[in-house]
Amino acid sequence: MKLLFEKSIPGRRSYYLAPCDVPEYTLPAPMQRQEALDLPELSETDVSRHYSALERLSFGVNQGFYPLGSCTMKYNPKINEKLAALSGFTEIHPLQPEHTVQGALRVLYEAERSLCEVTGMDAMTFQPAAGAHGELTGLMLIKRYHEARGDTPRRKIIVPDSAHGTNPATVSMCGMEVVNLSSGADGCVDLEALRQAVGPDTAGFMLTNPNTLGIFDPNIMRITEIVHEAGGLCYYDGANLNAVVGVVRPGDMGFDCVHLNLHKTFSTPHGGGGPGSGAVGCKARLEAYLPAPRVVMSEEGKLSLQQDCPESIGKVRSFYGNFLVVLRAFAYLTTLGQDGLPEVAKNAVLNANYLMKRLSERFTIVNQGFCMHEFVITMEREAKEKHVTAMDMAKALLDCGMHPPTMYFPLIVKEALMVEPTETEGKETLDEAAEIFLSLYDRAMAEPETMHEYPKETVIGRPDEVRAARHPNLRYRKAES
Amino acid sequence: MGHYLPSTDRQREEMLRALRIQSLEELYRDLPEGLVLSDGPKIPKGQGELGVLRKFSSMAAENRVFSSVFRGAGAYRHYIPAVVSSVVSKESFVTAYTPYQAEISQGVLQAIFEYQTMICALTGLDASNASVYDGATAAAEAVALCRDRKRSRALISAASNPQVIQVVNTYCWAAGYEIELIPERDGVTDLEVLETRLGPDVSCVYLEQLSYFGQMEDAKAASSLTHQAGAKFILGVNPIAAALLPSAAECGADIAVGEGQPLGIPLSFGGPYLGFMAATDALTRKLPGRMVGETVDANGNRAFVLTLQAREQHIRREKASSNICSNQALCATAAATYLAAMGPQGLREVAQQCYQKAHYFAEALATIPGLTLRHKGEFFHEFVTDLPGDAAKLLEALEAQGILGGLPLPDGGILWCVTEVNAREEMDTVVKLAREVCAS
Repeated sequence: MKLLFEKSIPGRRSYYLAPCDVPEYTLPAPMQRQEALDLPELSETDVSRHYSALERLSFGVNQGFYPLGSCTMKYNPKINEKLAALSGFTEIHPLQPEHTVQGALRVLYEAERSLCEVTGMDAMTFQPAAGAHGELTGLMLIKRYHEARGDTPRRKIIVPDSAHGTNPATVSMCGMEVVNLSSGADGCVDLEALRQAVGPDTAGFMLTNPNTLGIFDPNIMRITEIVHEAGGLCYYDGANLNAVVGVVRPGDMGFDCVHLNLHKTFSTPHGGGGPGSGAVGCKARLEAYLPAPRVVMSEEGKLSLQQDCPESIGKVRSFYGNFLVVLRAFAYLTTLGQDGLPEVAKNAVLNANYLMKRLSERFTIVNQGFCMHEFVITMEREAKEKHVTAMDMAKALLDCGMHPPTMYFPLIVKEALMVEPTETEGKETLDEAAEIFLSLYDRAMAEPETMHEYPKETVIGRPDEVRAARHPNLRYRKAES
Repeated sequence: MGHYLPSTDRQREEMLRALRIQSLEELYRDLPEGLVLSDGPKIPKGQGELGVLRKFSSMAAENRVFSSVFRGAGAYRHYIPAVVSSVVSKESFVTAYTPYQAEISQGVLQAIFEYQTMICALTGLDASNASVYDGATAAAEAVALCRDRKRSRALISAASNPQVIQVVNTYCWAAGYEIELIPERDGVTDLEVLETRLGPDVSCVYLEQLSYFGQMEDAKAASSLTHQAGAKFILGVNPIAAALLPSAAECGADIAVGEGQPLGIPLSFGGPYLGFMAATDALTRKLPGRMVGETVDANGNRAFVLTLQAREQHIRREKASSNICSNQALCATAAATYLAAMGPQGLREVAQQCYQKAHYFAEALATIPGLTLRHKGEFFHEFVTDLPGDAAKLLEALEAQGILGGLPLPDGGILWCVTEVNAREEMDTVVKLAREVCAS
C-alpha cells in the first residue's frame, strides 16, 4: 500500500483553524526555519481512508484469538474507552489547581488503595509508563533503600535465566550488577543455587511468579526468606499476575516491591505497543522513596499532591504517569471487584490448562502437571527430525485467523512457543484453536517441506529481516527526480 | 459482579472434566498453604458497568474543565481535528500489541514508519525511533546514550522544563552518571557559563528550544560550543514551534527529543503522552526503543518490520543500553494523523497563530501599569510576567470567570501560554481583569 507521502499532492490541504483574529506579528526571517517541512499534503478524505486501509492490515484482540504468551491479550472492555473519553478527564490540564481536579486525584487515590489491597502492598506510584519503566522504578527504590541505610556494597541483583530480558537490562540501567541464576530442572528457582548466590553484596532478587514457563514456584516462601536473610529485597515482576490476581498476593509471598502491567492484567488496550502503565507498589519501608508527587487525603477528605518528598528517588516521568490508562484499569477493577477479580485468574488458568491438555495430544509440552495462565510448547524434536521449527508453526497459524503464540521465549526452552489464551475466550474458541494447531501438526509430520511456505494468505509473505537490519531504511525518502 | 468471561457454567464443567478435576480451586493445589485468599482481596464488590459508569461520571464531574486555558509549561492545549480521535479509536489499532508478526501487522508497522518519517521531517534528522514514554524520559534516554568511557558528565540547561531536569536527574543518579546544571540567564541558557563548563569529560549538552520560560535559545551557538568540545548536542524541541523555527538539524543537533503531546494528544491530566526521539545517522544504532524499517518480503514486495532488534533488551539482556521495549504506538499514530491532517501549511499556520496571539497578549498585558514582561528576548507562545501584587489574587479572579490563567512560578511570576485556540476576546478579558487586579 502507498505511503501517505506517496499520496501527497502539492497544494492539497485541509483547513482547521479559525482565521487569525489578532494583528500580524512576524518572527524575523533570520530566526525562521529555512529547511523545507516535508510533511505530506493531503485532504481529510485521503487521511481518513489511508488509516481505514491500514486498520484492515492490522490484527488486534478484536480481530480474533490472540494467545501471545506473556502479553495477556485479553478483551479490552469498551466501557473503559467510553469513560476515558469523558471530557472531565481528557480536557484537564495536569497543572490545574488541586481543588479543580479532585475527581482526577480521586481516580489516582482510589486506584492506589485498591491495587495495594490486590497486591498486598502499602503504597503505589503510577508514574511509570510501562512494565520496563516500572522495573526501573522498583530497582531505584531498592537502590535508594540500601543507600539510605549506608549499605552501599549491595549492588548485585539476582535474576533467574528464565526472566524477561527487561530484568537484566533494568539492572544495568540502574548501575547495578546482574547475577544470572540458572533455573532448576523443573524451571523453578534452584534453592541451593540461590543460597550460593546471595551474600553481603546482594541488593535484591527479581522474580516473575508464575514464571515465564507458567509455573508458580512452590518454594516461593523459602525463596523470599533466603533473600531477606541475606539482607536483600525481593522484587515481583507482575508480568504474569493474571494467573493469580485476586487469588494470592505478592505481598503475602514476601515481596517488598512489585510492578503491575495494567495493560495486561487490568485489561487496558495495548494500542499496537503502548501506551501502557507499569504501576509500582511497595511495602511501607520503601514508601518514602517513591517518586513525587504523592496523592494524599486530608482529614476532611480533600485530595492534594504532596510535592515535598525529601527521600524520594525523584521523578521518573513528567506529571502523574499515563493517567487515562490508570483510569481504565481502575474502571475494570471497579467493574469486577472483590468477587469478579478472582474469577479472572481462575478462568485464565482453566483456559490455559484446557488448551494445554488438548495440544498435548501431539505437541511436546514443557510444563509438568497443571500450568498457570500460560504454557510452553517445544518444537525441538520436530525441528531436528522434520526441520519444522517454532517459526514455521507460528507462520502457518497466521493463515488461520488467529495470532500465533510468542516464539522463541523463554530462552531456556529450545524452539519455544508460549501460549496464553486468557480468560476472555470461550471453550469453543479454545476447541477451534486446538483443532487448527493439531491439524497443522499433522501436516508438519506428513508434508514437512510445505511448512516453510506459510503464510500464503497474508498481505505480505515472510519479510526479509536480515536485509532490514543490514541496510536500515527507517524513513521514507523521496525518489530522486 | 461484572465480568468478561464467555464460558458458561456447562462449558466450564466440560473443561474441568477433561482435566479430571472437580473445581477451579484445584488448579491452585500446588500453591503453598495459607497463601490463597479465601474470598478475594478486600476491595468493594464488583459494580458492573452501570455502577462504574455512575461512579466515573461523578468523578469526571468533580473536575473543572476550563473553557479558556492560558497554561502550558509542558502540556499544551491545541485544536485537535476530529479525524485524529476517529483514527486512534479504530479497534485493530487500539487492541493490537507490538507488531511482532509483520505479516498480519503491516497496518501498525506502516503507521509507525510514517510517524518516524514525519519526526525526521520536523527535526531534519536522519532517523527516529518508534517513540518513548514522554518528553522527559526521551531526554533522559538521550543523555544516557551519549555517555562513553571517557565522557561521563552531562551538562543540562537550568532553563529546561523542571520536570525534564528532575527525570534526567533521577535516571542519571541511578546509572551513576554525573550531571551539572548550566544556569539560566534572562530566561535562556547562560552560554558564557556553558563554555567554561565544557571539557573533554563532557558527553553531552541538553537544552530546550523553547526554554521553559518560552524564550528562544541561541541553539546554533550552543551547538557549536558543544561540538568544539567534542560533546554531543541534544536539543529538546517543541514540535509545533518546529514548523516555524530552525530545525534541530539546522541548529546542529545530534539528537532531538521532545514531548509529542501538542501533536493531537489531549491534555488528559498528564498522560498518556508521547516522547519523540531522532538522531543523526551516526547515532542511529544507539537510539533506544523500537524502530520500524522497510524491507521486502519473500516475493520482493515492500514490507515493514521491527528492525535493529539486536540493540534491544530481549536479545542483549544486561548488555542493552536501555530496558525500553514498548513505545507509545497509539499516541504516535495520533501524532502522525495530526501531522498528516494539518500538512506543512496547516502546521505552520498553527505555529504562526500561536506566535501572533502570544505577542498580541503579551503586548496588551505589558500596557498594565506595574506589570512587566520578565525577559527581553524573542519568544514563541509562552512568556513570564511579574506583577506588582500577589499572582494568586489575579489567578483566582480569572478562575472565577472560568479562565485557567498562567502557571504561578515559585518566585511570584506567572508563566503564560497562548495557542491558536485562544480567541482575542478571551485575551482581552484576561487583560481587563489583570488591569483591575493590579489597580486594586
